[in-house]
Amino acid sequence: MKYWRKPLDFDQVKIPRGEVRIIADRCKGCGFCVEYCPKDVLVLSEEFNRKGYHPPKVVKHGECVNCNLCAMICPDFAIYSVPLEEEASSDQQSAVSSQQSVEEQGTDR
Amino acid sequence: MSTTVDPNQVAVDEHPVSPFLRMDRIPHIWCPTCGIGTVVKCFATALDETGVDLDKTSIVSGIGCTGRVAGYMKLDAFHTTHGRAIPFATGLKLGRPELLVTVFSGDGDLVGIGGNHFIHAARRNMDLMIILVNNFIYGMTGGQNAPTTPLKARSSTMPFGNFERPFNLPHLAASCGATYVARWTCLHIRRLTKSFKEAIRRKGFRFIEVIAPCSTLYARLNKLGTGFNLMQFYHDNAEIRPDADTRDVDIEFQDNIICGKFVDEERPTFTEMMNEHYQQKLGDKYVPLPPEGGLLHE
Ligand SMILES: Cc1ncc(C[n+]2csc(CCOP(=O)(O)OP(=O)(O)O)c2C)c(N)n1
Ligand code: SF4
Ligand code: SF4
Ligand code: SF4
Ligand SMILES: [Mg+2]
Repeated sequence: MKYWRKPLDFDQVKIPRGEVRIIADRCKGCGFCVEYCPKDVLVLSEEFNRKGYHPPKVVKHGECVNCNLCAMICPDFAIYSVPLEEEASSDQQSAVSSQQSVEEQGTDR
Repeated sequence: MSTTVDPNQVAVDEHPVSPFLRMDRIPHIWCPTCGIGTVVKCFATALDETGVDLDKTSIVSGIGCTGRVAGYMKLDAFHTTHGRAIPFATGLKLGRPELLVTVFSGDGDLVGIGGNHFIHAARRNMDLMIILVNNFIYGMTGGQNAPTTPLKARSSTMPFGNFERPFNLPHLAASCGATYVARWTCLHIRRLTKSFKEAIRRKGFRFIEVIAPCSTLYARLNKLGTGFNLMQFYHDNAEIRPDADTRDVDIEFQDNIICGKFVDEERPTFTEMMNEHYQQKLGDKYVPLPPEGGLLHE
């Protein structure tokens, strides 16, 4: 989908917020979650887990939109997100651009 | 070296996939960047979102890396011998018609050694949901040529490149009589999950091919990097064309992968045909198995 129109209820839309949970020792460092997170919340850390892989870590705190894409794509069941109950964010644009980048990256195909 | 996150900080069993897996067997054996785990996650999500009764859902696998799935899912499961997932599943479905019977196995298993069972189950429109993880190779045994290895691709038994024409699986399934046929890559997490959900709700021979990376054999033997690079390749080269004629969806080495739901039609299943036929011929003398499983329960 190339075209993104501004929804009519744009002002009332609540942007979901999430918090990432990483089960570091289960991770095999594939990088799928890092690559396909629409908000670039994650990077692979420099540190090692118990098996010698580099698990992801959160670098953009507060930017996770709880889309659960990381949980869906992780082949090792090592990451997921949980919703954060919060006030509607003023950062409306971010939800839109996040949706857009999901579509552009094609991860929602 | 320290760990990034103290594993105790995260309650591992809170992972949304936990209710669907035998968590005591996790971590699984699959290599880093192998795609099989992602397909399992999509399948578990589909089970979750359709809300099927897990006590009435069973999973049958053959042998191979993908064949391990039956051992990891927290469902009634059977890990058959190589190639025999479909015949076992057929018996299970006929004996216990009320069950949702799924088959989850590899390309070598289902259409190599098990190819004969595959075509006949499709022909009979046997009430089975088949998930085939196609990594273009025999992963578990060291990368031998599979009936799905694309022309020119290398495998350990075709070191100068494959010269055998591979199967076009959606066409094979459709031409044998499958009533639901779809293909996705394991990058298409949402569409794949949606296909699983549709197939769970439908009857008849439902076939979903999932193209997934085998990093250790297929990617390495073909110098394609890792599964990470293959995921990027899918991103750039998978083309969604649901109206495609299945004759045109062959996969060439490192070329476009045409994806979509190609067939979705209703036809009487094997069991329906059998019941109708015998009721017509034998009348009251014929007692079909009731949904609870009939004789098995006596
Ligand atoms: C009768 C028999 N023949 C051969 C084998 C060896 N074998 C085990 S797995 C396998 C191939 C599996 O390939 P595939 O189904 O594509 O699974 P993958 O490992 O690629 O997921 C073979 C040939 C066997 N176990 N039993
Ligand atoms: S839930 Fe979505 S936004 Fe949050 S880390 Fe995962 S992929 Fe990124
Ligand atoms: S997708 Fe999973 S295994 Fe891969 S890097 Fe992320 S957490 Fe680790
Ligand atoms: S050998 Fe290939 S298919 Fe098997 S677990 Fe490793 S990457 Fe996956
Ligand atoms: Mg295989």
